[in-house]
Amino acid sequence: MSRKRVVSATINGDLVEFLCEPRQTLLEVLRNVLELTGAKEGCSNGNCGACTVLMNGRPVVSCLVLAMEAEGAEIRTIEGVACGSHLDEVQQAFLQGAALQCGICTPGFIMQTEALLAENPQPSEDEIRFYLAGNLCRCTGYDKIVRAVQSAAAQRQQASHSTQATR
Amino acid sequence: MSTGQSRKYKVIGTRPVRHDGVDKVTGRAKYGADVRLTGMLYAAMLRSPHAHARIKRIDTSKAAAVPGVRAVVTSADLPEQGDRIVELGEGAANMPHLSSNILARDKVLYRGHAVAAVAADNIHIAEEAVKLIQVEYEILPPEMDVVKAMRSGASILHDDLRTEFASPSSGDSGPTNVAKQYLFEKGDVAAGFSRSEVVVEREFDTATVHQGYIEPHNATALWNPDGKITVWMSTQGAFSARQQTAEVLRVPVSSVKVVPMEIGGGFGGKIPIYLPPVAAVLSRKSGRPVKLVMQRADVFEATGPTPGSHIRLKMGVSKDGKIQAAEAWMAFEAGAYPGSPVGMACMCVFACYDIPNGRIEGYDVCVNRPRTFAYRAPGSTHVAFAIESVIDEICQKIGIDPAEFRLKNGAREGTRRVDGPTFPRVGMVETVEAIKNSAHYRTPLTGKNRGRGIASGFWFNVGLKSSVTATVNNDGTVSLVEGSTDIGGTRTSIAMQLAETLGIAAEDVNPTVADTDSVGYTDITGGSRVTFATGIAAVEAAKEIQRQLVERAALLWDCDPKAACYVDGGVQGPDGKRIGFKELAEKLHLTGGAVIGNGTSSAAQQGGAFGTHCVDLEVDPDTGKVQILRYTIAQDAGTAIHPSYVEGQMQGGVVQGIGWALNEEYFYDEQGSMRNATFLDYRMPTTYDVPMIDTIIVEVPDPAHPYGVRGVGEVPICPPPAAIANAIRAAVGVRMRELPMSPPRLLAEILKAQTK
Ligand code: FES
Ligand code: FES
Repeated sequence: MSRKRVVSATINGDLVEFLCEPRQTLLEVLRNVLELTGAKEGCSNGNCGACTVLMNGRPVVSCLVLAMEAEGAEIRTIEGVACGSHLDEVQQAFLQGAALQCGICTPGFIMQTEALLAENPQPSEDEIRFYLAGNLCRCTGYDKIVRAVQSAAAQRQQASHSTQATR
Repeated sequence: MSTGQSRKYKVIGTRPVRHDGVDKVTGRAKYGADVRLTGMLYAAMLRSPHAHARIKRIDTSKAAAVPGVRAVVTSADLPEQGDRIVELGEGAANMPHLSSNILARDKVLYRGHAVAAVAADNIHIAEEAVKLIQVEYEILPPEMDVVKAMRSGASILHDDLRTEFASPSSGDSGPTNVAKQYLFEKGDVAAGFSRSEVVVEREFDTATVHQGYIEPHNATALWNPDGKITVWMSTQGAFSARQQTAEVLRVPVSSVKVVPMEIGGGFGGKIPIYLPPVAAVLSRKSGRPVKLVMQRADVFEATGPTPGSHIRLKMGVSKDGKIQAAEAWMAFEAGAYPGSPVGMACMCVFACYDIPNGRIEGYDVCVNRPRTFAYRAPGSTHVAFAIESVIDEICQKIGIDPAEFRLKNGAREGTRRVDGPTFPRVGMVETVEAIKNSAHYRTPLTGKNRGRGIASGFWFNVGLKSSVTATVNNDGTVSLVEGSTDIGGTRTSIAMQLAETLGIAAEDVNPTVADTDSVGYTDITGGSRVTFATGIAAVEAAKEIQRQLVERAALLWDCDPKAACYVDGGVQGPDGKRIGFKELAEKLHLTGGAVIGNGTSSAAQQGGAFGTHCVDLEVDPDTGKVQILRYTIAQDAGTAIHPSYVEGQMQGGVVQGIGWALNEEYFYDEQGSMRNATFLDYRMPTTYDVPMIDTIIVEVPDPAHPYGVRGVGEVPICPPPAAIANAIRAAVGVRMRELPMSPPRLLAEILKAQTK
């Protein structure tokens, strides 16, 4: 077992320092060291997307990222999506649209959707399906998830139009 | 879309946000793997690398000596079971089998079979220590194929297993892998076939498939010095998990408390237990709480897949398109221990139709694969693939529209199944009509290599036992404590039934899923039973609250309670007096304290669920890949309580069925090792593989439920493989009789047809 090291990263806007071993993944540190258990472990080999977080704005499967690679990075997890007690449009759309059944895949889908909408604010159904294809959901058949993403995109568009209008 | 009549209700049929929703979109909901206790150890398991072997010796001393290792256990740490059979809520369990599936005793019967476990300060130490356990095996030949395993001379898994024949006079089978025979007969089959114009007989094979829930199995256990054991876990049934754990450990059920955490999918696969007794004995040995979480490969290799099967099906139809006779023979993989759903498959195979003469024979066969378990309508999807394919072929032969054929022969109220029972009011033909009248079915499909198929399916839906406790708060809300673990929004569908009965808003009910010390006995979340049976319990609890509130109002008005009654969310009294629920709730402290309603359900039996599906697809003739273009499902939900979650069950079941139809299968090598135990290689549908799934909710209320609910969870998985096979035939002219209809299999059939 090699020595532990201190890693510092910005997690959900806060500068965080943590101790980790070289073999520990970002997912393990988030869940077991930092107690951010919102990212889920479905496979630990990059195939299910349940552990998706944003690293420097890009979606990553945190089970395939070593914790040490997070040095200096900006990490956003499901715990950092709501602003205070305000759910954001994606969370709201998943809730309203019944886009979850068991909910184990939901944090990963929401993070992946955040990345999609940041990249492409008005995705087509095909673009949504392509972008989310790395996130598995066994419960919903995806119909309501895709619709929730569409409705979140529309909500966000509307919100940005109305802020432009009031400017 | 809904053909609905539920508008007569205020709450039922609306779409409130689910009560646990915010926790689940913010990452705050606690699932089994999120449990963390002070001093908690992490455990790892040693699993068999062989599919079939005798365990000669286990040496754990090197593992135990690793610094940071706190306990090591093998089956020697679990009590002997003798030959006990124990009645669990959903059926009897053979205890020696249940126990040795959890930790292998003298033999390992499949690759991945658990052999030993280590608890250590962290998971990495535990995983390293596990590798130091030495096991000496005597390797035996594995039996992987269900039909071959039935032959004499097959490698025998259990020396003491004898076939339980349908008729006791059949004698002793001798050592065998065939655990049980099922046989059902009705009418005169030979006469029925001789009256038939067209007779089609075909054979079908279906692959072993996994439930595929995204959350791996987990359990955290604490065995206290006072003998009390607490288990935190994801399970479909806390009470079933409690009893299974107690029976394996041979302690009284009351000394085990199961705390059901949020559960990340189950589909039948989280009814059996694998981990709690192991975590418990590790805790007893170490004196610390122990957490055990499976790896994904373990989930595939060692937890209940649903069986592969071999089915032979014959049907005879007269000139006018009426079924005259039908016969089915089937063998299901039980896996390592007896208990496949072949009995249920036998009862489902002909259930959609009125069959005057029929015979069904089924076999439960042990093979060196993991012990199989329920997966959404267990057994019914296999047989739907067979019968719905044969019917399609018959329709083609006699030139009748497949929807017409189903209307002509579909089961109705009063139809007697081949296995005996007679249907009450059911909605089979209504679902066929809904498809026939749908925009989808009425729009012609055009284009090369494209085809359309339809198929129907049946599932029993069970009743079983449920309990709830509802307490009125003085702010006019109700706290609802229930024993049904919530896999897909049932907190809300149960709360809505309580709200409807009390005439309050769904949001004014706060549902909680409780541990086994805090609520009355409740059977598993399975069998499409929760919205039905726990719903009945909630309605009963609400009626009890109504009775008590009437008494409270009578006290306030100083009148005879008989002169008052509960209507429309309040109590009505003499002389036009009325007091609303909220106002009365505020006065509880003045009128005698808390109002608590208990409700149970145990006797109610569901009438059965039916669905009919229609699919359009396109086949790539160069690769054999199938693209689903359009999909419509019509299903009888009785009364849809929360339509969004009814649709969700339908859509989710369909997509699992599409995966079963087109891609999912266990690949084994000759030694019996699974070669695709990852989500990359066990190919479940992704967002990109499927279109939107259009739903038609048909509502033929079930008279056994106060609001007419029928369970909706299971039947949607049954028709897709057959509907897709029928559509493939329409698209490229080849008939697929083996699942999955994966690109290589379909391409081979296409090429074969071309060279003919
Ligand atoms: S747990 Fe990381 S992708 Fe599955
Ligand atoms: S909601 Fe269960 S896996 Fe997606």
